[in-house]
Amino acid sequence: MKNEIKFIGLGEKELETLSKDMLLSLNLKEMKEIQEHYKNLGREPAQIELETLAQTWSEHCKHKVFNALIDYVEDGKVEKIDSLFRSYIVKATDEAGKKKKDFLVSVFSDNAGIVKFNDEFNIAFKVETHNHPSALDPYGGANTGIGGVIRDVLGCGLGAKPIANTDIFCFGEFDMPAKDVPKGILHPKRIAKGVRAGVRDYGNRMGIPTVNGAILFEERYLGNPLVFCGTVGIIPKGMETKAAKDGDLIISVGGKTGRDGIHGATFSSIELDESTSAAAVQIGNAIEEKKVLDVILQARDRGLYTAITDCGAGGFSSAVGEMGEELGAEVHLEKAPLKYEGLAPWEIWVSEAQERMVLSVPPKHEKEFIELCANEDVEATVIGEFVKTGMLKLLYNGEIVGDLEMDFLHNGGPRRELKAKWENKKEEKISIKTGNLGEDLRKLLSHPNIASKESTIRQYDHEVQGGSIIKPLVGAENDGPGDAAIVRPLLDKNDGVAIANGINPMYGDIDPYWMAASAVDEAVRNIISVGGNLEGIALLDNFCWGNPEKEDKLGELVRTVKGCYDTATAYDLPFISGKDSFYNEFILKGKTIAIPGTLLISAIGVMKDCRKRISMDLKEEGNLIYVVGKTFNEMGAGHFALLNGIKEGAVPKVRFKEARKNFESLVKAIAVGGKNDERIVRACHDCSEGGLGVAIAEMAFAGMKSAEIELGKVLQEEEIKEDAVILFSESNSRFVVEVNAGKKKEFEEIMKGCEISEIGEVSGGNELAIKGLSGKEIVKENLSELKESWKKTLRW
Amino acid sequence: MKPKAIVLRTAGTNCEYETNHVLKMVGFDADNVHINELIRGDKKLLDYQMLVIPGGFSHGDYLGSAKILANKMTYKLGNDIPEFIEKGNLVLGICNGFQALVKSGILPGFGGNYKKQETTLTMNDSGHFQDEWIEMKNVNKGKCIFTKDIDFIIPCPINHGEGKFVAPKEIMGKLKSNDQVVFKYVKNPNGSYEDIAGICDESGRVLGLMPHPEKYFTHLNSPQSTRTEISNEAAGLAIFRNAFGYFK
Repeated sequence: MKNEIKFIGLGEKELETLSKDMLLSLNLKEMKEIQEHYKNLGREPAQIELETLAQTWSEHCKHKVFNALIDYVEDGKVEKIDSLFRSYIVKATDEAGKKKKDFLVSVFSDNAGIVKFNDEFNIAFKVETHNHPSALDPYGGANTGIGGVIRDVLGCGLGAKPIANTDIFCFGEFDMPAKDVPKGILHPKRIAKGVRAGVRDYGNRMGIPTVNGAILFEERYLGNPLVFCGTVGIIPKGMETKAAKDGDLIISVGGKTGRDGIHGATFSSIELDESTSAAAVQIGNAIEEKKVLDVILQARDRGLYTAITDCGAGGFSSAVGEMGEELGAEVHLEKAPLKYEGLAPWEIWVSEAQERMVLSVPPKHEKEFIELCANEDVEATVIGEFVKTGMLKLLYNGEIVGDLEMDFLHNGGPRRELKAKWENKKEEKISIKTGNLGEDLRKLLSHPNIASKESTIRQYDHEVQGGSIIKPLVGAENDGPGDAAIVRPLLDKNDGVAIANGINPMYGDIDPYWMAASAVDEAVRNIISVGGNLEGIALLDNFCWGNPEKEDKLGELVRTVKGCYDTATAYDLPFISGKDSFYNEFILKGKTIAIPGTLLISAIGVMKDCRKRISMDLKEEGNLIYVVGKTFNEMGAGHFALLNGIKEGAVPKVRFKEARKNFESLVKAIAVGGKNDERIVRACHDCSEGGLGVAIAEMAFAGMKSAEIELGKVLQEEEIKEDAVILFSESNSRFVVEVNAGKKKEFEEIMKGCEISEIGEVSGGNELAIKGLSGKEIVKENLSELKESWKKTLRW
Repeated sequence: MKPKAIVLRTAGTNCEYETNHVLKMVGFDADNVHINELIRGDKKLLDYQMLVIPGGFSHGDYLGSAKILANKMTYKLGNDIPEFIEKGNLVLGICNGFQALVKSGILPGFGGNYKKQETTLTMNDSGHFQDEWIEMKNVNKGKCIFTKDIDFIIPCPINHGEGKFVAPKEIMGKLKSNDQVVFKYVKNPNGSYEDIAGICDESGRVLGLMPHPEKYFTHLNSPQSTRTEISNEAAGLAIFRNAFGYFK
């Protein structure tokens, strides 16, 4: 065979060197298994074959860490974990699926997870990460990050129509002095602006509303910013499954193939350093993808193809390999349309050039399909066919350049065996001297993680497609921080989808288990806050981690996954898809900086009637203010602690049983009534970063209605003796709720047996007034000034 | 028979879905048609009574907003659109559609010359794309058929990066004296001259505007609907109802 690599005679050292030199990112065990395979075949592998194996077996495509055998030691106790994925994530989904009959349509098996929406449609959801590319080329990385996840949704089942995007970013500290930024790293503010522009220019051009997101700043993201891009899609019932048939043509649709993005999949499993090149980053073109989207939805509805997938990581090699897994395929690489001449066959095969989809089209539909594409100036090219041989045969100008067994490609590869450890730390409750709490509140509102993201949100189109119901910014002046967003994808129906996220990586510094529980809890609270319910919620889990070969890093991951499982099962919530990104570490002058292990929980909440929506801004003078949920002394890793350099304190926990009861009753209370003044609950806001103090301030300045509350009335753990703790503790499972003054009895009746406390009322004037435990007024702040504190930080 | 509307789309159009929905809501039959279908002759403009060019980023707006689409309208469709207008039909351009009408010269269409560009829509003063709800008021004195009897403020979103309306002084004067100014922003979001949000041609049958009335077709769209009770007859519908009424 052409381009054979001298391989079967190599020793261990040489195999390792070869993996490194060819950027295969395969470890010795994997290289040896490949060597064994070719020894049995009695020939050397072709370069293209090694490349294909490396792509297919890459961490990016195969999730080797989540499927590994792990020896986990917690406080000296040994536990054998046979796949984190199966033992926790899938298990949680299976358990929830048993209780939510018909809700789960397609989970973990496709590019995106699919759940039931109504009797005619299902909803698909996927969140991807695009971290490494965004570190090197923020604009291009974010562009192709969003382009990629849109194609995931377009390529799930027989193709879902994207209806909303969500984007979550973690950056280094934006106000870092330029001289302190190490060589080879872009300044966090430059990365932030580039990523924002990249998402804006791609998402807006695609005509998909960006309705939800979050931005966090922390110094450990300096060399490894995180860019999570998510897309929600809608797909007609019955179109969730696909299967290429023997004899179907392999058609590449959309962009041409170039040398951009070679080794993207394997590159994502390497630690970055000062010398990493940007050539592995793909180049995006939104309009090309929009054209592809337009023709594919038409072809789908005409039934012109049997299967579809996107060309993402690994390019054709992954797409064709995946679609032909059960069959076999023959690909004529010279037929792929190229951006320019000079690509080697293996480069065509693994290039991650953007805006390409691969479809299997029965020969009888070839003409109609190609014509449909041509009519809208979309290039569609037959590059081969699916044939029932069990082999992946690659040809270039008639010559065989690669010939791989599908079975070895997909089922070969050794399982990883890893070690993990975790030591529980003793947590101490802390006592905080109460100073000027008004000033503390203003500082918290100005904290970049809490501060208004308006300057970013307003650069994204969140109205396109006409389904925007609860917008990212709400309130009297359309500038308050909405909890979840709601979209109504079918313009003549009232079914809605709420979209939210939960992320709090700092809690992981104390205990990743509670970080995970908090993230799930937060995402759920956001959905409930706008009128959603537990029955309609499905979750995605995205893990961005450091090097999993380090025992302590993997130990943190195990704790996190356990937290995911326990919280999801406590609320009967399924995970429907997810993603992991490892090796988010940066080597600087020989020193490794790892990101904090970061879990993003994204949630969709299907709502039968989106007219039941509510927003978080205070509405009417005289209405009552309640806190749902109990406040504990949990100041650890919260934003008050971060601001004041406090390292101690207990991390917020979740009391599953009590939380669930609170959630279920609150959902009922929110659903009562039709017109605004018939509603029991007029406003509801999730209590999260900055605790009760920030939540009530946000509600007041969003509604431009003053509020008077008393901390002594807040349901709290007995031993709390300090105003600052009640005001700023970030205890989970809490909401601040505005209750219609005339419906107090009805509210309390519905909330019977739940943790609620009436803490004050919406009052006249333009101030937030808070009485402390002593009964004395401890905060009296002008709403416009509070709002300005919140708005000023990120006005760039 | 229902009047028929054609929603003209091309690569990068992205508001055809909700535009089509609103047209049907008020009584039109509406088809989304790719410009290539008109160019090839598969579909005929004259089979329709109203042409709507919806929002989006036609051809990426890479040569300036809607420039490529405008060129296609001028050079590939030739006289089709002017003839369509002269026959008494309606044309509505929203956002990118307004940009296409302005850049092809269909608006302001002085003296019935629909091929001379007199004004433009350029980068917002902010320098970037903006998404926000604005309020616009009808200032037309009676020429524009789309705004008949609209004496109320219409809130609706703007979603554009290049929405700043600019024109030389004499053109501004002519627009005013001809009663071709239709919508003004209550609070100018983008630096448009004299707060202009939309203009019509001399016949009053061609309207172009930057804001998106089609995105305010139910009270649920309004960002204020959780605060105050809003009529389900959303203000954005009025423009489309007038267009429908024209054919009754």
